[in-house]
Amino acid sequence: MKERLQDYIPKLVLSPSFFLILVFVYGFIAYTGYLSFTDSRILPSYNWVGLENYERLWKLPHWWRAITNLAIFGSLYILICSVLGLLLAILLDQKIRAEGLLRPIYLYPMALSFIVTGTAWKWFLDPGIGLEHTMHQWGWESFAFDWIKDRQMAIYTVVIAAVWQSSGFVMAMFLAGLRGVDSDIIKAAQIDGASAFTTYRRIIIPLMRPVFLSAFVVLAHLAIKAYDLVIALTGGGPGQATELPATFMYSYTFTRNLMGIGASSAIIMMIMIFSIIIPYLYSELRTGVKR
Amino acid sequence: MSFLQIIDLEKSFGNVQVLKRINLEIEEGGFLVLVGPSGCGKSTLLNTIAGLEPITAGEIRIGGRRVNDLHPSKRDIAMVFQSYALYPNMTVAQNIGFGMEIRGVPKPEREKAIARVAEMLQIDHLLDRKPSQLSGGQRQRVAMGRALVRDPQVFLFDEPLSNLDAKLRVDMRTEIKRLHQRMGTTIVYVTHDQIEAMTLASKIAVLKDGVLQQFGTPSEIYNNPINTFVADFMGSPAMNLIPATITNGAGGLAIEMERPSAPPVTLPLASPPKGLAAYKGRSVIFGVRPEALTDPDGADRNAASIAQTECFIEVVEPAGSDTFAVTHLGGKGVIARLRADANIQPGTTAPLTFNLSKSVFFDPETENRIL
Amino acid sequence: MTSAVSQGPLEASRASSTVAPNRLARALIYAALILFAIYYLLPLYVMLVNSLKPLDEIRQGDMLSLPMAGTIEPWLKAWATAQIGVQPTGLKPYFMNSILMVVPAVFISTALGALNGYVLTKWTFRGADIVFGLMLLACFIPFQIVLIPMARMLGILGLAGTIPGLVLVHVVYGLGFTTLFFRNYYAAFPSELVKAAQIDGASFFQIFRRILLPSSGPIIVVTVIWQFTNIWNDFLFGASFASVDSIPMTVALNNLVSSSTGVKEYNVHFAGAIMAALPTLIVYIVSGRYFVRGLMAGAVKG
Repeated sequence: MKERLQDYIPKLVLSPSFFLILVFVYGFIAYTGYLSFTDSRILPSYNWVGLENYERLWKLPHWWRAITNLAIFGSLYILICSVLGLLLAILLDQKIRAEGLLRPIYLYPMALSFIVTGTAWKWFLDPGIGLEHTMHQWGWESFAFDWIKDRQMAIYTVVIAAVWQSSGFVMAMFLAGLRGVDSDIIKAAQIDGASAFTTYRRIIIPLMRPVFLSAFVVLAHLAIKAYDLVIALTGGGPGQATELPATFMYSYTFTRNLMGIGASSAIIMMIMIFSIIIPYLYSELRTGVKR
Repeated sequence: MSFLQIIDLEKSFGNVQVLKRINLEIEEGGFLVLVGPSGCGKSTLLNTIAGLEPITAGEIRIGGRRVNDLHPSKRDIAMVFQSYALYPNMTVAQNIGFGMEIRGVPKPEREKAIARVAEMLQIDHLLDRKPSQLSGGQRQRVAMGRALVRDPQVFLFDEPLSNLDAKLRVDMRTEIKRLHQRMGTTIVYVTHDQIEAMTLASKIAVLKDGVLQQFGTPSEIYNNPINTFVADFMGSPAMNLIPATITNGAGGLAIEMERPSAPPVTLPLASPPKGLAAYKGRSVIFGVRPEALTDPDGADRNAASIAQTECFIEVVEPAGSDTFAVTHLGGKGVIARLRADANIQPGTTAPLTFNLSKSVFFDPETENRIL
Repeated sequence: MTSAVSQGPLEASRASSTVAPNRLARALIYAALILFAIYYLLPLYVMLVNSLKPLDEIRQGDMLSLPMAGTIEPWLKAWATAQIGVQPTGLKPYFMNSILMVVPAVFISTALGALNGYVLTKWTFRGADIVFGLMLLACFIPFQIVLIPMARMLGILGLAGTIPGLVLVHVVYGLGFTTLFFRNYYAAFPSELVKAAQIDGASFFQIFRRILLPSSGPIIVVTVIWQFTNIWNDFLFGASFASVDSIPMTVALNNLVSSSTGVKEYNVHFAGAIMAALPTLIVYIVSGRYFVRGLMAGAVKG
C-alpha cells in the first residue's frame, strides 16, 4: 500500500499546477471564446449571437486602425531589432576589449518596465521639452521632430521606443549564436581564403538560421502583446493613431463596455500568436526528442 | 538452487517491446554478465532487476523471494552506475553513508561501516573530498564503496568501467574480480565489452534486440556460439564467417571456399557435425576463429582435425604478441593469427593451417549453428 | 536545448570569429560601438539629470545639460507627496504594494516550478509531454484573453482588488516559465543520481531536497530574477485587477505621469520612473549574467 502511494506522489505534486493552468489558461480561453459569440456588454451575457461580434469587429474602422498599426509596428520592430541586433553582435564579436562593459549597456533596457521606457521616451520625444526643444536651445531653430504629436507618424515613435528596449536582447541572442559556431568551420573558411566579410555572409550568418527564427518568434509575439508601452508613451493617441489590438481589446471591454467585441478581438490576438508559436514549439520539441 | 531467477520477463515502453520473454538464472555467488551491442536491452534488464523500471510481465526472484513489486531499496541489492552517480554535493563519506542515513542507522555505526569499506577499497584518505576533486579511478572506487557498504545479496554493475581509460579499465577489472572472489556475493554485470564479459563472468547472457541469444559459461559462448551473431560478437578479432559450400570429398564431407583468381580451396572434414550431411551441395557459413587459422609452425599439433592450404596474403598487421594476416576466402577478408615472428610478406602466397576441430558451421538462412 | 541555462550563453567558448582587421577598421568599430552605447544610455541619463533639476530649469535649459542648481526635491516629492489618483501620498505605498505582491508570487511560482520540473524530468509518466506542452504554451498567450474571466474568478474567490489576488494571478501566469526553466535544467541533471538515491532508499521528497536542490543554485537564481523582473514590471494585471489600496508601482507611475490635472512636473515624473526602474536595474547590475540566461532560456524555447 505504501509503495502504491509513492507511485502517485509525482502526479500529486504536479496536479495543482496543472489544474491551475487548465482552469486559468485553457478554461479561461474557452470562456472568452464563448463570450465572443454572445451579446455581452458591460457584464457577461450568455445570449448566443453567433458570429455577429466578429462581423461587427471587422467593420470597425477603429479595429482596422489597430490591425494596420500592428502590421506597421510589428514589421518595423522585428526588422530593425534583427538588423540592429545582428550588427551589434557582429561588432561585439571582433575581440572587443570593452565587451564586458558594453554588452550590459546594450541590454539593460530589457530589465526596465515598458512604463518606465514609455515615460522616458514620451518626454524625450516631446517637442516642448525633449529633443526638439534641446536642439532649439542649441541654436538649431529649424529643427523639428514632433512625430509623437503627429497622427501620421506617432506609430513610428512606438517603434523607436520598442526597438530601444528590445534590440539589446536580440543582440544577446545573436551573440550567443555567433559564439556557438564551431571555430573549426571558421578556420577552414580562413584557410580557403575567405575575407571576414565573406566568412560572415557565406558561412556564419547562414549557420544562424535557427537564431533568426527564434528572434522572429520572440519579437513577433512581443509585438502582438504590446500594450504597456503604448499606454505609457502615447495612450493610444493622438486620437487613435497608435491604437494596437491589445489596447483596443482593453478599451472596448472595460471602457466602452462592449465585452463581446472585446472578447472577439482577444480571440483574434490569440489566433495570431498561436499560429506563430505552436508550429515553432512543435518543431523545437520534436528536435528535442531526437537529441 | 538458483539465487537470482528471471522468469519469462517482458518489458515494453508503450508499444515498443524492449525485452522479450527473458529467462535467466544464476547460482549464489555467481557472476552473471549481460552483454550485447548498445540498444539490446541489457541495461533495461538490469534496471528491472534493480526495480528502477517496472516490468510488463514475468517474474524476478532474489533468494527465492519474488521482488517484482518491491521498491529498489527493499530488494537488498546495490548498484554501481556507468557515470558512478556520486552525489556532487556530498563528500565521499556522505556518499557512502547516504543509504544508511536514510534508513536511520545511528551515526557511530555508520562511521564504522564507512571506515571498513574505505579501507577495503583504499580510499580512506579521500573521505572528506567532494566527487569533483577525485580522479576517474577514485570515483569508481567510491561508487563501489557505496555499493559494498550495503552488504547486499546481489550487486548490480551497469557498465562500470566504460568511462575509464584503457589501462585503468584493465586494473579495475582485475580489482572487481578479486573483490568478487573475496566477498562471494552474487553479481550481475552489464557491459558491451566482450573481453570484460569473458574475463569476469561465471555465466554470460548475450542479448540482441531484446532477445536472449545464448546463455552459458564463457567457454560455451566462445567455443560453441549458437548463431552467427554470438559468434561474431564474442572474440576479438571477430570469428571469420566465410561463405562456403559443402561438397562430397574422397574421405567424406569437405568444405569448398572461393578465392579470387585461383581455384577454390577444398578442405576435407574429418569429424563434421551430424547435421552437416543434410547440407551436401549447399552453401553454409564456415566459422573459424583467427587463432584457429595459423601458420603451420604455430598450429595446435594435438588438434583432432587440421588442414593446410596455400593462401594469398593481402595485408600483414604485426601486433607485437601476434601477427595478423588477411587473406581472401569466400568473397571476404579472412584474418589469420600467426606467431609474432612468422616470416610472412604481403603480396605473396603462404601456407595457412585450419584447425577444423575448432571450427563451426551455420545455416546461411537462419544463421543458426549446424550441429 | 538547455545549454542557455546550464552555461552562460555569452561566455566566449572560443576566440572571436575573425582575423583582426586593420587599425582604421577597428577604430570605426569602436566608434560605432560607443555611439550605440550612448544611444542606449541617453534616455536613462536624461531621466537622471532632469530628475535633479528644478522645473524652471527643465523648461528653459536643454535636457542634456547637467543640473545647475541640483535638488533632490523631485525625488522626495515623487516618493512621499506627489498626487497619485486622488491621494497626495507619493509612490511610497505603491512601492510597498509591489514588494508585498512580488515576494510571495516569486517564491510560490519558483517553488512550484522546481517541483514541476523535477516531476517532468525524473518521474515522467504517460502524458507528461502533453502536460508540459500545455504549460509551455500557456507562457505565450496574450493576457487579454484571460482578463474577463479572471476578473470574475477573483470576484468569486473574494480576492478582487487585493494583493493576494494579484499574487495568485502572477503565480498562475508565471508557472509556465518557471516550470520550463527547471525542466530544462533538470533534464541535464544525471538521472543515474536519482536512481542511486532510490536504491539508497530515499523518498521522492528526500531525493529532491538532498540531491537535486543542492545543485539547483544557478537555476533558482535565474528563475527568481526572471520572475521578479516580470512581476515587478507588469502593468496589465495591475491596471486590470488592482483596487486603490493594492495598486502596484508601475500602475502608480503611469497614473502619476499621465494625470492631466495641474502642471506637468517632469522632474517628479523622472524621479518616479527611476524609482520604479531601480529594483530591477539593481538586480540586473548585481546579477546580469543570470538575467541574460533567463532571457535566453525564456526566449530560446523548451
